[in-house]
Amino acid sequence: MSANQTTQKTRSASAFDVERIRADFPILKLKVNDKPLVYLDNAASSQMPQQVIDRLVYYQTKQHANIHRGVHYLSEVATSEFEEARRKLQRFINANEDREVIFTSGTTEAINLVMHGYGRKFIGAGDEIILTTLEHHANIVPWQMLAEEKGAKIRVVPINDAGELLIDEYEKLFNDRTKFVGVTHVSNALGSINPIKEMIAFAHARGVPVLVDGAQAAPHTKVDVQDLNCDFYAFSGHKLCGPTGIGILYGRAALLESMQPFKGGGDMILSVTFEKTTYNTIPHKFEAGTPPISAAIGLGAAVDYLSAIGMDAIAAHELDLLKYATGQISSIAGVRVMGTAEHKAAVLSFAVDGVHPHDIGTLLNQEGIAVRTGHHCAQPVMQRLHVPATSRASFAFYNTMDEVDALIAGIRTVQKIFT
Amino acid sequence: MADYKSLYQEVILDHNKKPRNYGTIENPSHHAVGHNPLCGDHITVDVVVDEGRINNIAFQGESCAICKASASMMTTSVKGKTREEAETLIQEFLAMATGKLSHENCPHIGRLAVFAGVSDLPTRVKCAILPWHTLNGAFNAVASTSTEAEEDPMHAPIGDA
Repeated sequence: MSANQTTQKTRSASAFDVERIRADFPILKLKVNDKPLVYLDNAASSQMPQQVIDRLVYYQTKQHANIHRGVHYLSEVATSEFEEARRKLQRFINANEDREVIFTSGTTEAINLVMHGYGRKFIGAGDEIILTTLEHHANIVPWQMLAEEKGAKIRVVPINDAGELLIDEYEKLFNDRTKFVGVTHVSNALGSINPIKEMIAFAHARGVPVLVDGAQAAPHTKVDVQDLNCDFYAFSGHKLCGPTGIGILYGRAALLESMQPFKGGGDMILSVTFEKTTYNTIPHKFEAGTPPISAAIGLGAAVDYLSAIGMDAIAAHELDLLKYATGQISSIAGVRVMGTAEHKAAVLSFAVDGVHPHDIGTLLNQEGIAVRTGHHCAQPVMQRLHVPATSRASFAFYNTMDEVDALIAGIRTVQKIFT
Repeated sequence: MADYKSLYQEVILDHNKKPRNYGTIENPSHHAVGHNPLCGDHITVDVVVDEGRINNIAFQGESCAICKASASMMTTSVKGKTREEAETLIQEFLAMATGKLSHENCPHIGRLAVFAGVSDLPTRVKCAILPWHTLNGAFNAVASTSTEAEEDPMHAPIGDA
């Protein structure tokens, strides 16, 4: 791309009204170091619109009690709102039944649930688990713990220099001992969108179930678990404009029923004696103890908010931002984009020659710009790209082209300081 | 919040660009590797102590500007000093960088006071103290140390950087 083309601002042609959307997010009015906040760390956590904040306040003000227990008014209201939130999440990912939607504390707990509930029951010595180089540590470490406990083996799908999975190599990894596949939908470090539908079909043809880590995908693209035909799909509320401490595990009902419980306690049982305990039905079997009720209801409000805007409109605006930012950043001498996959979502990882990412992060912060610097909990990706760390700008639908310009100006300032 | 000018000032940028005593020493009397597992940075420190005095010191590694400049200025500050003097300086630097002492109350800190601003940036404190941490490890025959090593006497828990 020539300098001329990249310096021209290619504004979105769509009717996406980003200023109206920004008005919903009180935190975006903040100033940081006397500069308007430019929040480009959405892949770590997104911000919360007033609608979700109001929903949390309303719940705590008018509706709170413990659920599935009391016969009193508030317990019935809270239970009904909690289960309504489950149905909202069911519709958001197009799950077949609401009992296939399990509330967890986040993606990490969702993956650990599958490791304990499915992996420890069905994966044994000599069995093989396929993961990819692009996985977040949350989809590596639980499987390593399982492999160590059971004597199972982990096989890893490699990537090319652009940060795309080598699908031929993926297919070659399958053999008679392959028992499970864990793959991220979108790479948190590079933004690559993986061809998971095809990967799932290939695994299913060999009778192998697939868990998809959707933490970075659910905020940026329409997820349809029935169309993907995945067995498990995990994602977090706080990356979806919802609260922290809440996440979702979607699981196919038959698989969830075949699994052992993850945590023991109240709500996950039908009857308890010291001789024998009978477990509750799904999803309650996997929701021991009092869940984060308000967070679940808040997440329900968040997916309502996102659905009202439309996930397709969100994805289109974010792609505009990514394309514009990629063009602009590529025009700066001495800046490299890490991760140039053909299909990418909302993540721009980059390196500035001669400047360590932590120095970039601190100096951008002085301009009010929030980016993530470090290994992004994806050290295998960093090792593969031969860098200790990168700087990462990650976009949400409430970001603007002007904020991209602020980032580009900030990077130029960093370069000036270091020359 | 410190203005970046108070941290990324000329002297730090200069030591980052042209680090002093950069490299390794053959047959050092003391040696340690320091890691910051939070960012993957690592440095090595080689020291030659002769009759209680630091005759030579060198460092090498991959790190950010704050860490590299801190290491470079550390080597120039302790070279020629006794081990005891260096250990006093280690304690003063750590106290200043973590905000426990203001630089005015550190009698030996001198021009290392340029790092005082790091105490306002909790996620960067470990970058500044890693070289000092590693020098302390070398003195105490801890071959490999880390800013996250609980058992290390220099361990300074500073939030979740």
